[in-house]
Amino acid sequence: MYKAWLVFRKDIQQEFKTRYALNAIFLFAIVTLTAVSFSIGAFSAGPEILSALLWIILFFSSMSGLAHIFVREEETHTADTLKLVTTSSSVFLGKLLFNIILLFSVELLVVPLFIGVMNFVVYDGLVFVLSLVFGSFGLAGGGTIVAAIISKSNTKGALFTVLAFPILLPVIVSGISAAKKAATNAPFVSATSELQALFAFAVVIITAGILLFDFIWNE
Amino acid sequence: MLVKLLKFILYFVLSSVIYGAFFYAPLAKGLGEYTRVLYFHVPTAWITVIAFAVGALFSGLYLRKKILKYDLWAEAANQIGLLFGVLATITGSIWAKMSWGSFWNWDPRETSIFILLLIYAAYFALRSAVEQADRRAALSAVYDLLAFVTVPFFVFVVPRIYESLHPDPLVNTQGKIHMDGKMLLVFLSSLAAYTAAFVWLLKQRIDIIRIQLQLKQMEN
Repeated sequence: MYKAWLVFRKDIQQEFKTRYALNAIFLFAIVTLTAVSFSIGAFSAGPEILSALLWIILFFSSMSGLAHIFVREEETHTADTLKLVTTSSSVFLGKLLFNIILLFSVELLVVPLFIGVMNFVVYDGLVFVLSLVFGSFGLAGGGTIVAAIISKSNTKGALFTVLAFPILLPVIVSGISAAKKAATNAPFVSATSELQALFAFAVVIITAGILLFDFIWNE
Repeated sequence: MLVKLLKFILYFVLSSVIYGAFFYAPLAKGLGEYTRVLYFHVPTAWITVIAFAVGALFSGLYLRKKILKYDLWAEAANQIGLLFGVLATITGSIWAKMSWGSFWNWDPRETSIFILLLIYAAYFALRSAVEQADRRAALSAVYDLLAFVTVPFFVFVVPRIYESLHPDPLVNTQGKIHMDGKMLLVFLSSLAAYTAAFVWLLKQRIDIIRIQLQLKQMEN
């Protein structure tokens, strides 16, 4: 576990040297939010459409930034050194932690902006926040393992979204449904199946990621 | 000789299933002729699931043993799965047109199978993006297993969140099959015949793979 923490700190330091993933993901989120807000205005869309738009913005911004963590290791040829100094599971956990923190920071910026700009009223804050937290775990878990896969392939850019989208679709579907319920003042009980689904998906995808990552990393 | 005989039996059974579906089986009470698609739609959907499960099994086997042939077997099984998935989508869509009024309306079942096709299309996109055989094998095997663990979410979670109009699946909550004897006979023999056809297709592909690998060895 301590080694995973070290990998995470190394990635943070490396990220702040170039701020590549940070810039990409933040700017992507802002640009899509602007485009959405510009085209439909503040008062014309109901909670159904707004919750779908929020998750689409979050998903595609995460697609623009999450892959960088492994692609960087391959591009700078540092993967082999990392293989020598630590185990594969600590590499995976460290990088997963980095991606989770990255997603949280994007959400911290984008979600309040979205609520403000789009006039998105959240009645049930607990359901909304929990769905975002569990959803981020799922997105980061799936994103990290798919990033590891595509970092070894020949074409890296477009393939990431193509591979990640179908796998992460349960997160988007349940996330949209939970956000919709949080915005329409449905009782808490009615949203439990969505929260359960998001939580279960995060657990399953992260476990599968840890188990399968070794086969990619030491390939 | 035996293989030829088996092939002939398979041909005979598959043809009689087609005949039986249209002329022997009675119609379900109160429903039109279009329900006969059941004898083709359910078996193709069944084979889709079986083929992807077999593909995931071979992928797991490759990761354990690291023998290239298992990866090629997994690819073959997934190809057949994708083919039957498309067939299940088309037959289901025809049924939806007759029964719900439109070919496609994003019913949860339709969404699930669409995502399933998308996942395996992505699997083949990944395969075409990696040149080296052993690397391609490892990456696509991992993706296959990753995709396979998310499939239950589409089967169980999505229909729970959104109401579905799809008739009860084969394995329904009551554990009963509502069919009369003749229908059941045609239905079960259709399932059996399709399963046999799948095994036969997979065996053909595996034989071809073996010959291809031998050829490659002779070239080197």
